[in-house]
Amino acid sequence: MKVSELIPLIEAKNLTPDLPADREVTCGYVCDLLSWVMAHGDSGMAWVTVQTHMNVIAVAVLAEMACVILPEGIDMEQESLNKAVQEEMIVLQSPLTAFDICGRMAARGIPANN
Amino acid sequence: MEPLYTGSYHVAKDDYTSAGHASADIKRQLKQIGVSGDVLRRVAVASYEVELNLVIHSLGGDLTLNVYPGLVELISSDIGPGIPDLKMAMKEGYSTASEMARSLGFGAGMGLPNMKRNADDFDIQSTVGVGTTITMGFHLA
Repeated sequence: MKVSELIPLIEAKNLTPDLPADREVTCGYVCDLLSWVMAHGDSGMAWVTVQTHMNVIAVAVLAEMACVILPEGIDMEQESLNKAVQEEMIVLQSPLTAFDICGRMAARGIPANN
Repeated sequence: MEPLYTGSYHVAKDDYTSAGHASADIKRQLKQIGVSGDVLRRVAVASYEVELNLVIHSLGGDLTLNVYPGLVELISSDIGPGIPDLKMAMKEGYSTASEMARSLGFGAGMGLPNMKRNADDFDIQSTVGVGTTITMGFHLA
């Protein structure tokens, strides 16, 4: 599934609309401990987190993820969004809870691992 | 042997805003040199972990990237405080990170084990009151 198809699935708003949303989502993950994500993150991952500081973008970029998803309408600081655009990391904001986002992704066949 | 490429980065204590700059540049440089795929990803993860460790735990230090034929080497060298119990520090889930680090989502006690997992060669030397030096090697196929 492409990020552009994930957006309507989780009723998300793309906070980085200038970036192409054609990246392939190959797996999903939810975690707020960045050092844990560093150990378990994978390429093509759609990562759900409530963390919004700049290091979130750094972790997602290093793991070559597909996108970062903020649940429950959480906003991201402009500084972090600027970094996301600069590093070409898509950030989505969904009104759903992390539980619902993962549930919908799983129901559409997105696995936990590549 | 002289490295084909060498780069050095200073990493300051508690500088969470700049954390990730050194590892991002390391990734960029390696990409330019032609390192790609799995090795590039492993170096990127390990360099970010070690850079964050310098920010979170050290009094400041330097991160050095050396590229040799067939090998990428990362050396982290700090000016203290040193690790009192290396065996515990290498254990997954053990952390002495500050509240500040934890509030940002760090300090899960995964840093050193994750470096070891991602590097092909891993060596850590630490003396309390002197400092810690971590040397990691990544073999280029």
